[in-house]
Amino acid sequence: MAETTTHENHYVAKDFKSDQEVRWCPGCGDHGILASLQKALAELDIPKEKYVFVSGIGCSSRLPYYMNTYGFHGIHGRAAPIATGIKIANPDLMVWMMTGDGDALAIGGNHFIHAIRRNIDIKIILFNNEIYGLTKGQYSPTSKKGLVTKTSPYGTIEESFKIGELTIGASGRFFARTVDYNLQLSNEVYKQAALFNGTAMVEVIQNCVIFNDGAHDLITNKETRDDNTLVLRHGEPMIFGKNRDKGLILENLKLKVIKFGENGYTEKDVLVHDAHEPNPGIHYRLAGMHLPDYPVSLGVIRSIKDHTYDEAMRDQHVKVQEASKIKSVDELLRSGATWKK
Amino acid sequence: MEKRLKVIEKDDVVIRFSGDSGDGMQLTGTLFSTTSALFGNDISTFPDYPSEIRAPQGTVGGVSGFQVHIGHKQVNTPGDYADVLVAMNPAAVRANARYLAKGSTIIYDSDSFTEKQILRAGYKSDPFIEDKLDGMHLIAAPITTLVKEALKNSELDPKSILRTKNMFALGMVYWLFDSKLKYTEDFIEDKFGKKPLMAEANSKVLRAGYYYAETIQAIAPSYSVSPANIEKGIYRNINGNQATAWGLLAAAEKAGLKLFIGSYPITPATGILEEMALRKDLGAKSLQAEDEIAGICSAIGASFAGSLAVTSTSGPGFALKSEALNLAVMTELPLVVINVQRGGPSTGLPTKTEQADLWQALYGRNGESPVVVMAAGTPSDCFYYAFRAAKIALEYMTPVVLLTDSYLANGSEPWRIPSMSDMPSIKVPWAEKTDMEYLPYDRDPVKHSRKWAVPGMEGLEHRVGGLEKTVRGSVSYTPENHEYMVKIRDEKVEAVAADVPDLKVIGTKTGDLLVIGWGSSHGHVVTAVTELQEEGYNVSAVNFNYIRPLPKNTAQVFDGFKKLVVCELNLGQFANYLRIKHQKYTYHQYNKVQGLPFTAREIKDYCIKMLEEK
Repeated sequence: MAETTTHENHYVAKDFKSDQEVRWCPGCGDHGILASLQKALAELDIPKEKYVFVSGIGCSSRLPYYMNTYGFHGIHGRAAPIATGIKIANPDLMVWMMTGDGDALAIGGNHFIHAIRRNIDIKIILFNNEIYGLTKGQYSPTSKKGLVTKTSPYGTIEESFKIGELTIGASGRFFARTVDYNLQLSNEVYKQAALFNGTAMVEVIQNCVIFNDGAHDLITNKETRDDNTLVLRHGEPMIFGKNRDKGLILENLKLKVIKFGENGYTEKDVLVHDAHEPNPGIHYRLAGMHLPDYPVSLGVIRSIKDHTYDEAMRDQHVKVQEASKIKSVDELLRSGATWKK
Repeated sequence: MEKRLKVIEKDDVVIRFSGDSGDGMQLTGTLFSTTSALFGNDISTFPDYPSEIRAPQGTVGGVSGFQVHIGHKQVNTPGDYADVLVAMNPAAVRANARYLAKGSTIIYDSDSFTEKQILRAGYKSDPFIEDKLDGMHLIAAPITTLVKEALKNSELDPKSILRTKNMFALGMVYWLFDSKLKYTEDFIEDKFGKKPLMAEANSKVLRAGYYYAETIQAIAPSYSVSPANIEKGIYRNINGNQATAWGLLAAAEKAGLKLFIGSYPITPATGILEEMALRKDLGAKSLQAEDEIAGICSAIGASFAGSLAVTSTSGPGFALKSEALNLAVMTELPLVVINVQRGGPSTGLPTKTEQADLWQALYGRNGESPVVVMAAGTPSDCFYYAFRAAKIALEYMTPVVLLTDSYLANGSEPWRIPSMSDMPSIKVPWAEKTDMEYLPYDRDPVKHSRKWAVPGMEGLEHRVGGLEKTVRGSVSYTPENHEYMVKIRDEKVEAVAADVPDLKVIGTKTGDLLVIGWGSSHGHVVTAVTELQEEGYNVSAVNFNYIRPLPKNTAQVFDGFKKLVVCELNLGQFANYLRIKHQKYTYHQYNKVQGLPFTAREIKDYCIKMLEEK
């Protein structure tokens, strides 16, 4: 993990803005993501030159151009291995990967699960708008079944990926979810992702105003969002609702939504969120909750300490170097069976 | 003391060990090669094995062979035809019958020549009569019976006992060549140190084979090949994959960089990744990626972060890497891509050799995509060309494709170990923080290389990527900018010619015929042409190691000859490339696509035919 306290930088969000004109559509959720990221980084006090923003292809993947840090705009689906190579080459860097639902889960699906499995210390921000935006509106692996798009004129017939379940299924140690316009929650989540040592996977529910506007309406509009989302914070009870009168309990090994005062339930019955529980069972269920039976969970759902790939590699190098007699290429060339003429 | 009734003194001898895959023929061949090299012979080896780990026993398809050529003089190839064949079963005879020299010796396990095994090998009657081998020196040794007899007091299980048969055969060959057993005995002790029963059994059987050969000596000639007169120095045996890995490690050390390799296992390139994975002692970082694409992409990431980055693969994997290779072209990052070619297309012939990925390396990508393309000529050459590939990649900020092949990767030869102080320096074009803004695509006026700023360097933050950029690194779709960038990337790769050594002509600089090879054609072309010269023909040879750009003196060399013939293991890819680059010449072609290297004999025959056609 990158050092966090080398010197006092006193950054402000503006320090992370590059001179490039931001070219996302007006009203796109990406603007909010960019702004909250820049603000979060300014509050972290990590030297700017240690950041690398890596991306694949798609609207989300333009983000590195707008960050005044080192940046690498890669090719479709391949941000994860590029980020992995950067982190292995220099573990002192803080590597962020910007990706979307098509980039990470369709063409880059293989790399996505393997990065998570390895637990290499990179921060993945996945912009989930459930659509292909840059190619102008085809369905993605997270599009809801039945969605009518240009390539599914009669509705999709595919089941969609649930990003949280996929992450935890690939032995993800950190999974969080936030919403593009919610700058406060996003700021909190991005900072926790930054400080997490390992693969930190953040799903951002993001609205594409042009090709899938309102896909997340039930969890984003003012009227319904508080009743349809549950913000999880470690150590806090799982209470939600406009009037904060609903909660989650575990009953018969299943999560259940209760309303305080109904059927004898009170606030005291509600589960308390433990993001650090290594057993993934409850996190898997929380991450997988969806409307209409459950609220959609937001915040840091899972965050467990484990060995990272980069640390394990460093440890192995130290161990082998201590044991080996070969310290230079000259010595390597002369090792084993040789003879003199 | 043993008495040798008939000793044949020879300048060089070719021995081929052959049996079922699983009979231990690769090990037997390797041990014999190292023993010969330690004695002072020059050697060249060629393993030839099926892609199945345990192919159906006793069938021709399952035969695994290891050929070694030992010489008193310099040896450039593993040899065309075997003087001695060790055949563990009838299938081994069938598979090798057409690769035997006249009057060669065949040592075979007569116990395995049962009617069933003979039929399985595709024979109807006596294999030696059917394949007209009855004039050879046939040494029938009941190896299975003798091994069982030698180990009758061993506590080993019957299966393990039979697995020592290869050592019996090896012992016999050692007697035939009057070789020392010491290296093999040391090897056995080392390998089976923790299994004393196995160690004892293998040593015992090795000696049993040796003494058995002595006992029956009356029926065979034995060979004597004196040590080769080669340059003084410290030598070791090395194969192409190991040499490639070590050349890259040497380049990283010389450049003061960490080495990173991101690769996916693929035959016959895997040995490079395996070797790098061992070299954590030298700080090499290796990632066994989830696929070929992740292999090259992780290498590109590591390059962006300031490592000497490498990805290794073979043809099918190289195809998967092509989009990412273009990302390295566009971002102008140093990257070494090793393609250990095998027979194609598609899965093709995974364990066999071919040179048919040349066009893939030169042209197999979208857009105008210039990369440096090089090819190593011999197994030990891989060290120098891997080093040179890294040096060019770093100094010119460009991807470099180094072509080797199955023949080089698995073949081995003695190598005079260089000293790192003799290797050329590598000057990395680091960017430095100045008062001026860092422009990622600002270029050196001569090399056209850009400056390398890596994450962690304060004040040099910048963005690169696959979209077309201006000199400042901003995305640009401006028509003139794109054309300029396309041309300058091309000119950069052409500028590498300044660092490409001149072609060396083997023979006189003018003559009737110039035989042109590239990459691993080296040994066979040189051998064929040297022999032709000794026979009085007016023939010379060149072998290309730099394909793009070509050596500067290429046309000058071609001008000296009446006829040109390009020899390559494909349908004419290099010949056609030369037709584009140097259009005024007529190129004849000699091609072979059988998954096998050339023989010097067939090149000679073709040349003689060409010379006779006035």
